Amino acid sequence: MHDMSAHAVQHGAPTSFIRNHVFSTDHKVIGKQYYALALVAALVGMLLSWLMRLHLGFATFPIPGLHLLSSTGAPGDVMTPEYYLQLMTMHGTIMVFFVLTTAPFAAFGNFFLPIQTGAEDMPFPHFNMMSFWVTFAAFVPLIASFFTGTGPTLGGWTQYAPLSAIGDVGGPGQGLGVILWATSICLFCIGQLLGALNFITTTLDMRCKGMSLMRLPLTAWGWFITSVMGLTAFAVLMPACILLILDHVAGTSFFVPANLVINDHVLPHTGGSTLLWQHLFWFFGHPEVYIAIVPGMGIVSHVLITNMRKPMLSHRVLIYSMAALAALSYMVYGHHMFVSGMNPVSSLVFSFPTLVITIPSTIIVLIWLGSLYGAKLRINSASLFALGFISMFISGGVSGFFLAQPSIDIMLHATYFVVGHFHLVMGVAAMFGIFAGTYFWFPKMTGRMMNETLGKVHFVMSFIGAYCIFMPFHYLGIAGNVRRYQAFTDDYLIPLIPVHKFITIAALFTGLAQLIFLYNLIHSRFKGELAPNDNPWEGTSLEWSTATPPPHNNFGDKMPVVYHDPYQYSVEGASSDYIMQTSTEKVSSPDEEK
Amino acid sequence: MATTIHEPPKIEQDRLPNQSLPSQGSGNGGWRNVAPAGGDLRRVKHSSPPPASTGIWVVLAAITMSFAAFTSALIVRQGTAPLVHITLPPVLYLNTLLIIASSVTLELARRRIATFMGGPRDQAASPARWLYITLFLGLLFVAGQTFAWMQLKSQGIGLATNISYSFFFVLTVAHALHVFGGLSGLVRVIVKLNKSVLRRSTLDATSRYWHFMGALWVYLLLLLWMKL
Repeated sequence: MHDMSAHAVQHGAPTSFIRNHVFSTDHKVIGKQYYALALVAALVGMLLSWLMRLHLGFATFPIPGLHLLSSTGAPGDVMTPEYYLQLMTMHGTIMVFFVLTTAPFAAFGNFFLPIQTGAEDMPFPHFNMMSFWVTFAAFVPLIASFFTGTGPTLGGWTQYAPLSAIGDVGGPGQGLGVILWATSICLFCIGQLLGALNFITTTLDMRCKGMSLMRLPLTAWGWFITSVMGLTAFAVLMPACILLILDHVAGTSFFVPANLVINDHVLPHTGGSTLLWQHLFWFFGHPEVYIAIVPGMGIVSHVLITNMRKPMLSHRVLIYSMAALAALSYMVYGHHMFVSGMNPVSSLVFSFPTLVITIPSTIIVLIWLGSLYGAKLRINSASLFALGFISMFISGGVSGFFLAQPSIDIMLHATYFVVGHFHLVMGVAAMFGIFAGTYFWFPKMTGRMMNETLGKVHFVMSFIGAYCIFMPFHYLGIAGNVRRYQAFTDDYLIPLIPVHKFITIAALFTGLAQLIFLYNLIHSRFKGELAPNDNPWEGTSLEWSTATPPPHNNFGDKMPVVYHDPYQYSVEGASSDYIMQTSTEKVSSPDEEK
Repeated sequence: MATTIHEPPKIEQDRLPNQSLPSQGSGNGGWRNVAPAGGDLRRVKHSSPPPASTGIWVVLAAITMSFAAFTSALIVRQGTAPLVHITLPPVLYLNTLLIIASSVTLELARRRIATFMGGPRDQAASPARWLYITLFLGLLFVAGQTFAWMQLKSQGIGLATNISYSFFFVLTVAHALHVFGGLSGLVRVIVKLNKSVLRRSTLDATSRYWHFMGALWVYLLLLLWMKL
């Protein structure tokens, strides 16, 4: 018998390809897998938006080959009104769940949270592996619904009842399409719950010696706060989806009211509540918006601090504000339901915290702007996208002040104003956060640098393009342009068609920029310039003190010990302009935690 | 190799200060584990709990949210159209006694195991006995629930009979699925105990989960009894 004790202390890296790259329990591999899934999902989502925009700008213009995707949905390569709605639903679902939740939270969080906390791995690595594969399994039925007889569901990513619960009589995709959609979301919830379990326990229990909670970088705080939100929000969406599936397959009446007549058919359901779905969905849906954006806030702060060479005005206030956003996000969900026929008193009750939530948001923005004031910012692709995030977050956030008031929301709710608002504030802003993170962490993840010139071109095109797409949306909304229409034939809408044409061209232009990014990403992965060292941006947090790419257990033989706050830049008397968290240098800035 | 020596199971204590577990190996941050700036590392006073202890609360929080969602669904649905009154199958009350009894036996098991660690050898009979009884009572509970469903089915009552039965089946089945999770946890504890590799945190986490299932069932029974 040989002695096994030496092996028990340190578990080595798996050697087989399957355990290394497919069913890996290594958080870094899982993070990359999540990133790849998000990338594929983003491409599908973007393609769908192109198809929709082409149809909106040039309604009768055939899109070559579209009939191959669906012969019934696009006969003669021109999409039917129903097919437009199906593409719109899938665009929303894929983007919100599989891109905006997956990339900034699950992908970057998986890769960097254990490293930034100084842990070897997450505490439940098998759950972590399951988390990814269940999420991947969730993506399959969603994509499969494109290839079923009647295509995917057309009910919008919010799947309002009763349309979502009445089956095929509601239109193409409302039977099997909805069941596949709800199954996909159920699986997605399980994946995210498993992820949240690992994120929370990693942050609380796995920190290395010296790593107090306040010494965690802002990114780690962003992921931690997000995981708490995810835990509570996805745990509510899953039961809602189960009830929806039961209304389809078991003939229950949770969401379908009695005596509902659709296309001359009286439905057999008895006395369900249509508002119930909205309550359950938006209790998840609003925190979901913050699940998409809070990790981006962390990433942007982290990137900016490194490039400003100074900490934010207040580390603590930034953390408390992000936590306040999370806490308030549960109290505001009713603002999505101002036009649902809800009691007006309830609208008022939900309007108040909605206005209150602008306070922590504003504090965060002011801390960013105040810290940037007078800073000698190093301009690179990552810092540009971080600035772009702030710009988009402000532009999209300002329209939130209007929509928070029920009396104004009633006018604007069903228009493009809302579409412009949420695309800027959570869609584009979160995407910019993902881009900032990608350019910033690419050297650590792959050992190579991304091409800076292409990165800057990507930024300029995306920044201008996104504003050209989404600013006119606000104008369209104020002009009364209803959303979810596939063509604009009413008298008052016809003059707005040129604006739609402009937006379509801007969307194609912006999409082109994303293809540049994709090229840069893939090319740099294999042929990019090698990273000059382990710390090319001269950062201070733990991911920069380990090798590139990090070894299997993140830190090699010696686990890190943390002596400093996360952002010790430009400290007087220090040997360089940054002090790493692991540095034993006996110098500190006056405001460092004692 | 003819002599059999009964060794007490090695139950690892929670991590001690400055002592990291080999399996985790990543040191311990802890809530107040601040190393001050300037290179002096303050002695760690409070080590962090093993992840299973924190993790179980995270799991229970998620389950609480899910059942809160079901509860609010029941309340909102009741506000739309009055629920039909139904009589709960009487076997549920017996099942309630079973799951409460299983919590008691699990607590006895936990104490026995703790005593067994440091106690005299004559108590070493079988610390797993009460765990087996708990497992048996848990299985009886699930069997009892299944009996209730079968009884209703034999009367021609199903998920879609009326909204009250819809909620009855959704809540009881969802709970039973979670109980299955608890049962597999108990099996895992027994296996580890028999192999003498059981950790205190695993035992505690499993028993917390099991007690929670009992409390959740009592809550659900009251909810169903009052609302339906």
